[in-house]
Amino acid sequence: MADTSALYQEVILDHNRRPRNYGPLADATVEERGINPLCGDELTLWLRMDGDRIADASFLGSGCAISRASASMMTGLVKGMTRAEADLLIERFRELATGKGVMDDLPPALRAFAGVARLPQRVKCAVLPWHTLHSALEGGRAPGGPGASGSDARERGARE
Amino acid sequence: MMTLVPRSDFSLLSANPGLVYLDSAATSQKPRAVLDAMNDFYETDYANPHRGAYALSARATERYAVARAAIARFFGVKDPECVILTRGTTDSLNAVASAWGRANVRAGDEIIVTGAEHHANFVPWQQIAIERGARFTICPLTSEGQADVEALAGLASRRTKVIAFNHVSNVLGAINPVSEIAAIARGVGALSVCDGAQGAPHMPVRFDALGVDIYAASAHKMLGPMGSGVLIGRREILEAMPPYQTGGDMIASVGDERTTWNVLPHKLEAGTPNVAGAVGLAAACDYLTAIGMDAVAAHERALVRYAYERVSAIDDVRVHGPSALERSGVLSFTVGEIHPHDLATVLDERGICIRAGHHCAQPLMRRLGVAATARASFYVYNDENDVELLVSAIESAKRVFALA
Repeated sequence: MADTSALYQEVILDHNRRPRNYGPLADATVEERGINPLCGDELTLWLRMDGDRIADASFLGSGCAISRASASMMTGLVKGMTRAEADLLIERFRELATGKGVMDDLPPALRAFAGVARLPQRVKCAVLPWHTLHSALEGGRAPGGPGASGSDARERGARE
Repeated sequence: MMTLVPRSDFSLLSANPGLVYLDSAATSQKPRAVLDAMNDFYETDYANPHRGAYALSARATERYAVARAAIARFFGVKDPECVILTRGTTDSLNAVASAWGRANVRAGDEIIVTGAEHHANFVPWQQIAIERGARFTICPLTSEGQADVEALAGLASRRTKVIAFNHVSNVLGAINPVSEIAAIARGVGALSVCDGAQGAPHMPVRFDALGVDIYAASAHKMLGPMGSGVLIGRREILEAMPPYQTGGDMIASVGDERTTWNVLPHKLEAGTPNVAGAVGLAAACDYLTAIGMDAVAAHERALVRYAYERVSAIDDVRVHGPSALERSGVLSFTVGEIHPHDLATVLDERGICIRAGHHCAQPLMRRLGVAATARASFYVYNDENDVELLVSAIESAKRVFALA
């Protein structure tokens, strides 16, 4: 049994009810799709890259409160970051969600996700947007291009 | 309404009195009788069967044969040689799709499945249709989630080689008219294949009287062990079906150039069989028979009817599938905008185990127009109190997500 009251904090519930950066980005330069095969949840992430910098980010998808709030906060935080800064934040978040992280390194809002580390079956929900961002930064395609949804960021080793 | 059997028959439930296990459609808990029977095989008669050079092996062979006979009785099969022991429903359905399908489905033929199939009775047929260049047709559903039999009769033609359908939907609990569908298949000369994974555990099944060609089920959903199941077929179908796998036990003689096959059931059971799994399944069959499958069905129907009333009365709850009177012990629902995974996490905090997600039935989820549902499912060890705890936990989840 899990202590969910610690997980569903107001900040997560708020981002779930009113997700920020929600909807397609008209002038996006990168589009990436993420799927959690465990539950079928899907997420599309758009980035507008300005050289090495993420000028804008948005997302759309069907998902639980954890994945939606995670995507909402993530898209807000990475705006203005360089690839290297975003990569570092992705790494920090993965560590937090799997219980290996140091809270002090993280923006305060993200600390609400520390609770998922105690819920192994929900870790994938929290990290799905971050995996998708990682794929987008590594090799994301132009929006609407051929195979735009063909190569999905998938959770490795997820069980059906 | 009390549980149909004492919770104390189940070690796991006894050890966890606060646990509300409502996920038997995924897998059932095991009575001690099943675990004891398997243990007894390992402790008293364990050897490789079918190699009878010594008495111990002969005893193992006997245990396997006795188990098969008990399983055949449970499923209403007069000829135990028509009961093939497999790894489970998925294994059974893949065996038929690949072995029978490859031998009998040709370019231009058609395979029909319903829109409510578990992936295990959908993907193997979709893939064999692609491989053989056959048409893959999805039979529409009634508003209650059963196969639309009228539509099916219109779809089926001489080109139809297979009609595959579930006995009971694992998402909706809708019960299909097995004999009616089998008759439609017979009328056009198609093979009828019934996925009984959610049927056999919950209601009496008399295979010989059903009229269906193939029936598959899993031990672990009917109080038996994981990794064991059945593929039941009419003898002439199984006789004509090429082997699914080749190797030990399934041969008559192996020449340098060619090999001849053993008789049924061995032809379709390559390799050392899962004897302990068969012994466990047989013990589960005996346990269920002692309760009576009519009593099992009545208990679940009463419980799901009660759950349907109580859960559907909660504001913002939508229950999917047939009316309370027409369903097996499965209740799929959604609560307002709360994602089923969030709901399951909040319920888990109160010791309530439900399934959340697409239930390995994504084609059905698309037809229902939902990404996921929450699913509570009931069995012989559940009672009304479990339903009450479910209802109060849903109310509490609504408060967490500010719906109440």
